[in-house]
Amino acid sequence: MKLSLKRKIYMFTLKAMMYISIILTTVLVVFLIGYVFYKGLPNISWKLISTSPSFLSDEVGILPDILNTLYIVITTVIIVVPLAVGAAVYLHEYASNKKIVAMIEYASQTLSAIPSIIYGLVGMLCFCQFFKLDTSILAGSLTLVMMSLPTVMQTTLESLKTVDDAYRQGSYALGAGKWYMIRTVVLPNCLDGIFTGVILAIGRILGESAALLFTAGFAHVINGYFTGLFSAGSSLTVALYVYAKIEGKFKESYAIAAILMILTLLINLLIDKIVDLFKRKQVKEKESGR
Amino acid sequence: MLFLFTGLITVGFVLVITAYLFISGLPAIKEIGIKEFLLGKRWASSASQPSYGILPFILTSIYGTAGAIALGVPIGFFTAVYLSKFADKRVKSLMQKAVGVLAGIPSVVYGLIGMLVLVPTVRKVFNLSDGSSLFAAIIILAIMILPSIIKVSITALDSVPEEYEQGSLALGATKIETVFKVSVPTARSGIAAAVVLAIGRAIGEAMAVMMVSGNASSNMPTLFGSVRFLTTAIASEMAYSSGLQRQALFSIALVLYFFILLINAVLNLILKREHH
Amino acid sequence: MEDNIIEMENLNLYYGDHQALKNISMAIRQNSVTALIGPSGCGKSSFLRCLNRMNDLIENIKIEGSIKYKGKDIYRKEVDVTEIRREIGMVFQKPNPFPMSIYDNVAYGVRVAGIKNKARLNEIVKQALIDSALWGEVKDCLKKNALSLSGGQQQRLCIARALAVQPNVLLMDEPTSALDPISTAKIEELILKLKEKYTIIIVTHNMQQALRISDYTAFFLLGELIEYDKTEILFSKPQNKKTEDYITGRFG
Repeated sequence: MKLSLKRKIYMFTLKAMMYISIILTTVLVVFLIGYVFYKGLPNISWKLISTSPSFLSDEVGILPDILNTLYIVITTVIIVVPLAVGAAVYLHEYASNKKIVAMIEYASQTLSAIPSIIYGLVGMLCFCQFFKLDTSILAGSLTLVMMSLPTVMQTTLESLKTVDDAYRQGSYALGAGKWYMIRTVVLPNCLDGIFTGVILAIGRILGESAALLFTAGFAHVINGYFTGLFSAGSSLTVALYVYAKIEGKFKESYAIAAILMILTLLINLLIDKIVDLFKRKQVKEKESGR
Repeated sequence: MLFLFTGLITVGFVLVITAYLFISGLPAIKEIGIKEFLLGKRWASSASQPSYGILPFILTSIYGTAGAIALGVPIGFFTAVYLSKFADKRVKSLMQKAVGVLAGIPSVVYGLIGMLVLVPTVRKVFNLSDGSSLFAAIIILAIMILPSIIKVSITALDSVPEEYEQGSLALGATKIETVFKVSVPTARSGIAAAVVLAIGRAIGEAMAVMMVSGNASSNMPTLFGSVRFLTTAIASEMAYSSGLQRQALFSIALVLYFFILLINAVLNLILKREHH
Repeated sequence: MEDNIIEMENLNLYYGDHQALKNISMAIRQNSVTALIGPSGCGKSSFLRCLNRMNDLIENIKIEGSIKYKGKDIYRKEVDVTEIRREIGMVFQKPNPFPMSIYDNVAYGVRVAGIKNKARLNEIVKQALIDSALWGEVKDCLKKNALSLSGGQQQRLCIARALAVQPNVLLMDEPTSALDPISTAKIEELILKLKEKYTIIIVTHNMQQALRISDYTAFFLLGELIEYDKTEILFSKPQNKKTEDYITGRFG
């Protein structure tokens, strides 16, 4: 007896769905990356990335936007790392009250679910208006701190879990205090988790636009870091939005898109490498644990 | 002590966000009247006789999300099943990386492609005067939620114990029957979580949607008409609004926040059930 | 007196470069219990999985020689693997019921084969549960999730699941190694009863078990079939020195 016709049709249908889906997904990926590069790369010029926009000649330069993006990334990372690492250390090393732990985890999950437009709004109300920072790189960065905190906290936490308890006890046995133990034993061993979180966060910051629209603003002026911090400044993504949607400068928009795409690819490559290292470390820990 | 502070900072952020949304969102609702606000069919914030009904935005967000889910979930699901259960290891790892890139592409880049490639195509294919529409937004959203559906579903499918699949094969089921009748049902709560996560993503997306949906404020949504989402309603008037109009935007944010909290609660329910 | 239902000739099996089975030739008698014994890694599980072609799933595997079921080679090209697996059922070492209801577990294979009629399904499920001596314990809770059963009950459910598709042969890969002594006794009792209708081939680590339930015993060592005989003869008068060493507990 061979397979019945009904079974054959059932399997054929599912197989067809799978092939159609995987082909669609593949075509989509190839098209998106290919098209952005095809349209964008020819428009990237040294002039574009080394000047500011000029109203006189109506030419676009994106150096200010590049600098602003850099400032936003640096500021956000500097602020978020201590907070996130502190939170993770608290959760893993100190917290004994289960209710508090559950509350923190629920809060962190809620934070990662909130859409960026809401972050933008609250950032505007809180940092720009209440703390009187106006629209500025600092206000934008603080908004992004709220947004990227859960990411960095989560990866740090994962990494803390892999630190062998024997190290901790070894340090205690030598008469070290808890804080000393954390500083010398736990933190150095979870650097990779912190690093992964930071890279993930940078990826998110680079791609973020809705949260920056009303907090960091649209200005394209070249500033030094500390002046920049307190002035409005457009990130690359916000610049892309403005040039494409409002000013209709499509060539430049594609150029910025291509730059963002390159950064996305780099970040993904970096994450793959780190995750690989991370896994290898975990395997090693497990083996030495036995 | 310091650590307790940093530990509680996430809780603090959530409280601050919630408080701000309530404090700034409630007054306008009170003034407009909750029924008029939520069920009013007309939004004309800068008219001489302003009207603040956000039903069109709510419906647009719901339709747009539902459409994106209807389109994106099957494609993502079948892609995930193929990659997890049938694909060669190298193909799987390559595609997982590709999907990772898809997830990392900034929403303004999706918006750009949507605006300059998708919208003109929609206009030509359906013979419209303008391709910026709910339909275009649905397609962009479907593409944008694809990576998270694929990623989360693969994780769920990969963790199905091999013994289940062996048991089914030994009973004379084929590989495809085994995967769809045993592996998929076993991974169903993980896949459900993927869908809920995608719903949250779609309903919260602002920039890409802003660039392809036309952004007309007063219409009840139609598939090929210009529409405004909850998110884009906030973004499009924030820059120049003041007074009650501005406060009403915060109220819209509050409504959006409720949707997100609801989705998050559902997600938690699913995850909790999985643990049992 | 009995017919051979399965016959193997010069069976060789390789995982990549490693040869796991060497030139095995043997025949299995219908309606008997055949036990496969030997130290871990001797190839007895690999051997068992050749018989219902479960080894097909492993990459890099090469099988030579012939295995005939009812006179026909099961590795011929035109053979439908699913049909082979329906006629030659399998019970695994670790109970592996699907995470669905008891009823759906037993009905699974039958439904896959295309039987959807409700009354017919009910009847098959009931009969399979009766045959696996589980009916009395679960008849009031067929809708309950199978994972809520005890380990021994789960394993009997897996046997019921295999019986429901009406196989001729039942392959059992150490079916009691994960169970407590009472559950083990129940399964052994069941095997002796099932022998009337089915041919059973069982891999076991436990020589007492082989002695208690099997008619024939095959002793495997490092991929070779060392000795194969009636159980009472193999255990009382082994022909081969290695067999004797093994059954007297001198190694393994």
